Parts: sequence; structure tokens; C-alpha cells
Amino acid sequence: MSTILNLRHSVLPGFRLSFGITLFWLALIVLLPFAALVYSTVGMGWDGFLAAVGSERVMASIRLSFATAGLSALINLVFGFLVAWVLVRYPFPGKRLVDALVDLPFALPTAVAGIALTTLYAPNGWIGQFLAPLGIKVAFTPLGIIVALTFIGLPFVVRTVQPVLEDLEKELEEAATCLGASRWDIFRRVIFPATLPSLITGGTMAFARATGEYGSVIFIAGNIPLVSEIAPLIIVSKLDQFDQQGATAVALVMLGISFVFLLLINLIQWWAARRHGAGR
Amino acid sequence: MKLRALFGLVAAVLSAHVLADATLLNVSYDVMRDFYKDYNPAFLKAYKAKTGETVTIQQSHGGSSKQALSVANGLAADVITMNQASDIDLLATRGLIPANWASRLPNASVPFTSTTVFLVRKGNPHKVRDWNDLAKPGLQVIIPNPKTSGNGRYTYLAAWGSGLKQPGGSEAKARTLVAGIFKNVPVLDGGGRAATTTFMQRQIGDVLVTFENEAELIAREFGRGSFEIVYPPLSVLAENPVAIVDKVVDKKGSRKQAEDYLRFLWSSEGQTIAAQNYLRPQDKAVAQKFDAQFPYVKTFTVQSVFGSWAAVNKKHFADGGVFDQIYSKR
Repeated sequence: MSTILNLRHSVLPGFRLSFGITLFWLALIVLLPFAALVYSTVGMGWDGFLAAVGSERVMASIRLSFATAGLSALINLVFGFLVAWVLVRYPFPGKRLVDALVDLPFALPTAVAGIALTTLYAPNGWIGQFLAPLGIKVAFTPLGIIVALTFIGLPFVVRTVQPVLEDLEKELEEAATCLGASRWDIFRRVIFPATLPSLITGGTMAFARATGEYGSVIFIAGNIPLVSEIAPLIIVSKLDQFDQQGATAVALVMLGISFVFLLLINLIQWWAARRHGAGR
Repeated sequence: MKLRALFGLVAAVLSAHVLADATLLNVSYDVMRDFYKDYNPAFLKAYKAKTGETVTIQQSHGGSSKQALSVANGLAADVITMNQASDIDLLATRGLIPANWASRLPNASVPFTSTTVFLVRKGNPHKVRDWNDLAKPGLQVIIPNPKTSGNGRYTYLAAWGSGLKQPGGSEAKARTLVAGIFKNVPVLDGGGRAATTTFMQRQIGDVLVTFENEAELIAREFGRGSFEIVYPPLSVLAENPVAIVDKVVDKKGSRKQAEDYLRFLWSSEGQTIAAQNYLRPQDKAVAQKFDAQFPYVKTFTVQSVFGSWAAVNKKHFADGGVFDQIYSKR
């Protein structure tokens, strides 16, 4: 190891020390809990594991969790980009306030968000009372889950796209205009490619956050098995029956699926960076 | 919930170091908050009068099973006060208390009981009288999730038992009844309090099924104008067992205080406070005094109909159990 590290003598001092601390820290904070998770399922054996994870209810909940997380991440991509665009490009009174508002979902305890959203969207709530006559039910349906997840995921997209938009050179757009590009062309071929990596990052974070979200969803979902019961609730209810192994088994499956998704998204990002980044 | 347990732990640890007096941590479930708020000062006063000692009592509240799990995992509770025996049995399985814990105090360690009742909207527009009425098509019933809440579990068992014991009742009838009732549940909340919010504040559902003492707390909170309490002809006896956590009290040297703390629950003062909080007292004299408050309901215990909590959990609430089967048929 030391020979490898010594091969290229860096101009910056302290590499070995900081690298050691980094490894130790990652092991302590990330790897150790993960190892404990895997370890506690080992005792179950394959059959026990499959029985805990393969039941109809668990499968339905995992599907629901990933589907609602994915949809809410897509919604956040569109509207998060719009919010970031408006905040960066247009001066308007109260801009600071709107900017601060974006961070609210970060700061609010998720249970509070869940209760507030349920109060709004319940059939007798401020918004729900107008939707109910139209036959639209939001609270206590999967739609409510998407609303909650969209709420908590918004800042992730805005806060990753915003700095990139700020750094985007105006000259590029001016040059494009001089070269005869239409406004749509400029967006499609100049702005969008430059912000794409940050959009993917923000969307990924919103998605990852949403898959594990419990506090806000639990109040608005209605929690009906096979319909609106999310995977984290399955984990909690297994714990309530003192079935720690079953709970960790479901957690492990969720982690595995998340990992595959994150890997795929990273591959897309790598591909996008190569395709668009190489041209610059 | 976890956080609350953690706070309790931190508070207990801190105060144990700061104060020389004995500190007891009572790990309890959600709805008991109001009872112990009244009970603790009464105990402290009586204890001081008797021994001259001062005790500090810390409370930790949360979902019943989660709280039990925290104690099993090392939360240093001197006493544990739950709403079903299986949560305390867990501690026996983990070796924190002896298996015969229930026999150490009177009434199988159950100082007071409650029962499962119906809350209906004013005037009882759907004429709900019995468990069978809850299964009527089109009715909406609010019940917390039996998988995550003791309240929901008792409701489920009450319905099952009444299906079993009705004229011509059978396992199959009980199953049909319970399945019919849960088909009418539009929202399965995580716990009893959340179900109350759904019914009272969101105005969802025609019937809320909950503990009698919770129903009375709702009356205090929301007034009696908007709903009525219906006592079904037959219901389950919800027993609230308590226990000393031997491993913890022996280590801390707080056994004497912890024992006195729990024994005081059976004193006439403790029983009166329970009755004032709409928990049915075990003490005959106190029960008589509060007679008007507790209408007669025919009840059965979980043990008498289902054998034991372990058997109940295995058959009904475990993964793939009857409760899961009811839902997969939809």
C-alpha cells in the first residue's frame, strides 16, 4: 500500500493521514451499519429470507415505494428545474424569501410535513374539499404518497441545479443567438446539456430520499395493505412484531434495489458527461 | 418514537448522575401519558410521607411494542407499563425478567383494564349496535393497524371473539366477520391516537373503534357534542400489565422504589386516579364508587378465547397469518 501511495509524490501534504481518516470514517459511518444489516439476516437462511421478502404484501409495498419515489422524482425534475431557473434568471421582489422557502422541506420534521399535507388534502381539508366533488382523492391514496414525496424532494433538485445555472456563461447563449439559434434551440442544445448532470444528480438524490421516507408518508398514505402501504411501514410493522430479521431482510432488499438504481443513474450520468462534456 | 425513548434514556442517565435521589424510568405506551401525569405526583407524595425519601420519575412514551423493544435492546427502564402481556413477555424471553413475572403482583399484574367500544357520529345515523353492524357494506370503520398497534389488535380480537361466541358462531363465521369489518376500513393508521385524529379531525369514517379510556379522552378534548359512545354487547377485556425490570433495578439498586411504585397502583388512591382517567379499576370499592361511569359490558379475556398472546400473534398477526390472508383475498 505504502509503495502505491509513494509512487506519485503529491505536492499537497497530508495525503496519507487524510486518506486514513477518510477510510476510517466511511467504515464507521457507512460500512459498519451496512455490515450489521447483512450480518443480522445471515442467520435466516435462504428460505427464511425469501419467505420474509417474497410475500404478496411485501412485494406490493416495495413496488409502491419505488414507483411513487420515481414519479415524485420526475415531477421534481420538471418543477425543480423551473424554480431554479426563475430564481437564477429573473430579478423580482421577495426573491430572497422565495429562495429561503425552497429549503423549508429540508428543515421541517417530516412528520409535521405529513400532518400538514394530510390536513390540506383530506376530504374536509382546504384543498381536499374542492377535489372531493370532482372524485379526486389525494389523502389516503397512492396519490397522497406522491404529493408527500414531491414535497420532501423538491430542494434536492433546486439546490443542485441552481449553482450550475448561475455559473452558466451568458456568452454561450449570446454566441448561439448570433449564430442564428432559436430560443428553443438554445435551451435544447446549450442550456439543457450543461445542466443535465446536475439535474440527474438532484433527481437521484430526491429519488433516494423518497424511497426511504417514512415520517411524512405514514400520515397521508392511509396504509391499506396492497394499496397504499409503503415498504418502510412493512419494516416498522415487522419490528413491532419483534421480527428483527424479517425487518432487516426487507431493508436489505430495498437497499439492493436502490443500489442498482443509483448505479444505473451514475452510468447514465457518466455517459451524458462524456457525450456533452467532451464537446466543450 | 425512538427519539422519545432516547430522550428518556438521556434524561435518565443525566439525572441519575446529577441527583443523589433514586430515579425511576417508567417506559410506557402512548395513551398512558395522561394517567401517569396524575399518578406520579400522587405516588411521590405518598412515598415521601411513608419513607421520607424523594424519588424522581422519568416517563417515556411511544408505541407499545416499540417501547418494549427499546427496553429489550437496553433502554434502562426500572418499570414497564404496557397494554398487552406479549410486550412484557418479550422481556422474559430476553432474560430481563423471570418468566413468571405476571404472578408477582395482584390480578396477574394488571392494575386496571379497559375495553373496546364504538364511537359513532351524533345520533348514530347508521344504527351501529354490534360487531356485525360494522361489516355492513358501505359503512366506513376506522381501526388502527393491528400489526403496529395494540389498540388495533384488541379490536381485531374483540370482533373475532364476538363472531365466535354469537349464536351459531364458528371459526369460519368469525373470519368472515373480521374480513368484512376490515374491508370497511379506509385508513389503517399506525396507532390509536392517529386513528382518533382521522376520525375526529379529518371527519373520515362512520365508526371509530377504540379503547373506552381513549373514547373518554376524546370527549374531554373535542367535547361530547359531536359523537356518541356505543357499547357492543360483547367485547374484549383489554388488560394493561405492569412489571419491574429485574435486570435494571438490581443493577441500579432501585428495586425497593420500583416495587413500591407499582404496588401503589393497587392502592385506593392509585385505583381512584385510574378510574378518573376512565380505566376500569380492579378494586371493588373504587369500582363501585365510579359505577355510573362504567356501563356493564360482557367481556372475555384474550387468554380465555385464544389461549395466549403468543398463540394469537402466531395465528393472526404474524406474516402470512389470518390478518394478512384477509387482505390478500381482496
